[in-house]
Amino acid sequence: MTAVWRVFRKEFGETLRDRRSLIATLVLGPLLMPALIGVVLSLAIRHGGAPSDRPITLEVAHARRAPRLVAFLGQYGVRIEPVRADRDQARRRVERSHGPLLYVPRDFGARLAAGRPAPLRLYADESNRAVQAHVQRLSALIAMYGGAIARLRLVARGLDPQLLAPIALHPIDISTPQSRAALVLGMLSYAILFTMLMSGLYIAIDTTAGERERGSLEPLLTMPVKREQLVYGKMLAACAVMGVSLILTVGAFSFALRHIGLDRLGMSVNFGPAVAAGIVLGCLPLIPVGAALMTLVASYTRSYREAQTYVGLVLLVPTLPLIFANILGLRPRPALMAVPSLSQHFIIMSLLRAQPLPRLDTAISVTVTLALGVALMILAGRLYRREKLLG
Amino acid sequence: MIEAQGLIKRFGTVTAVGGVTLRAADGRITGLLGPNGAGKSTTLRMLYTVLAPDGGEAWIDGISILGEPLEARRHMGVLPHGAGLYPNLTARENIEYFGALQGLARRVRRARTAELIRRLEMDAFADRAAKGFSQGQRVKTALARALVHEPRNVLLDEPTNGLDVMAVRTLRRILVELRSEGHCILFSSHVMQEVAALCDELIVIAGGTVLVQATPEELKVRADTPSLEEAFVRLVGLEREGTST
Repeated sequence: MTAVWRVFRKEFGETLRDRRSLIATLVLGPLLMPALIGVVLSLAIRHGGAPSDRPITLEVAHARRAPRLVAFLGQYGVRIEPVRADRDQARRRVERSHGPLLYVPRDFGARLAAGRPAPLRLYADESNRAVQAHVQRLSALIAMYGGAIARLRLVARGLDPQLLAPIALHPIDISTPQSRAALVLGMLSYAILFTMLMSGLYIAIDTTAGERERGSLEPLLTMPVKREQLVYGKMLAACAVMGVSLILTVGAFSFALRHIGLDRLGMSVNFGPAVAAGIVLGCLPLIPVGAALMTLVASYTRSYREAQTYVGLVLLVPTLPLIFANILGLRPRPALMAVPSLSQHFIIMSLLRAQPLPRLDTAISVTVTLALGVALMILAGRLYRREKLLG
Repeated sequence: MIEAQGLIKRFGTVTAVGGVTLRAADGRITGLLGPNGAGKSTTLRMLYTVLAPDGGEAWIDGISILGEPLEARRHMGVLPHGAGLYPNLTARENIEYFGALQGLARRVRRARTAELIRRLEMDAFADRAAKGFSQGQRVKTALARALVHEPRNVLLDEPTNGLDVMAVRTLRRILVELRSEGHCILFSSHVMQEVAALCDELIVIAGGTVLVQATPEELKVRADTPSLEEAFVRLVGLEREGTST
């Protein structure tokens, strides 16, 4: 055990001393990711947030052809800006401004008076999210105006306006603020797990392929220490680095998400210190799996560069279940809690949603993931006995 | 003392070492001499237990390398070919780390490291990170690292490769000092002058087998030439003719 501890201390200390690796593993990942996601989310809040509160500015070509409609829209908070434009000019104008622009054709009034469908053209670039929201509101307002006219026509002919409404649909949104947030924050667990695994990459490669490439492996193997003890020490050092990175990442996310005002998106994020601690604890069992996996792969490669390629690919493996879970909309159940990384994803999500998982589910996740990690570590220790290790 | 009996090593279908028997005594410098690819490094690697032999056995101070490899390693200081250092550690930390792995207590390994730094004239760079070391500084550090646990037996694989004259001199001085302290020193080389200048005993190896183990004087007598280099060439050449016919 002393030997394992001594190897651990040296590897961990050496990583902390190398400024480049320190920046790469403990600064870039854990701090940059939360900062990036924070910026993206706050942009989403500023631009996509509560568009119905803000007045729509609608350019109208030939507003005089539909004075009542324009007045109606004005009453509902649409700011009307009359413009001069024919159809082509209207299109070109919207290509620059994204719209929306309402074009009233010449025959609008005549057809309306004749009781036939009166055409309107609404130009907009709906790839712009803000414009898309405005178009939806405008369409609803115009439909409302049309509906009012229709009801008046029925009444004028002595018919019950309710004939026009055979179905009354009431959509009931049961999403809570937490679960709505979780939808957006699905990427959060991905970011946490990926950053955590990523931070072990450098040290896992450096202590295996790197050591061989530098020629320091052979003298190391002449020490009166069992080879598996050497590799255990190295893997534990990788685990320690990943653990520090995990704490930093979760801490940074907790800080970032509480300071960007997600409530304005109608979401509340449950990310106080207690939840952050829970996330760290839930993810810890995955660390040995990642460290052992990367060490295993790196010790098979011949050079630092080759190791980077393969270990980089291996990093994607634990993140695959998360992608499947998102596509298939998987929900936690005991069988799935036996899948490492997926179960950590579920734990993170349940904590963020404030919907606690059954104790059994958590226990399965911790036990199975830890067992796999220990098994992989033992396997890595075995493989370290191979002579080919020397390259 | 290092003894080997019929060591064999195969890599796939190639037999790198085909039954090496040798003996390196305490208080003597023994040179393992042979052309490139003769099996010198492979023999040494089996002796310092990094490679497992496919046949044969060896003992370090009577300890079997097969039966008790860890104990055998405690009795050896090893300077492998192109020994690498940890670039982010200083020379002193590199040495102390190996002292720690040898199981030395903190105080002991500190004292031993300080003594070796003085002895190998490393004071100027002992507390610098090994990143920018010259080849000479690297070899000195690696040698100090190999000696930190005061091993009775010292094995060196081509230790003078890439060293300048000054560094070679320091290395020679250290080896001679170690000999006078009664250590058993076994080193490989393909440089005749180096071997001639240092060795009490020569083991000439070619094609994976030992051609002869003798003192330099005996070797010259056997090959019937006053030049050690000539003797070496004749021996190795004879062997080559012998194998080709």
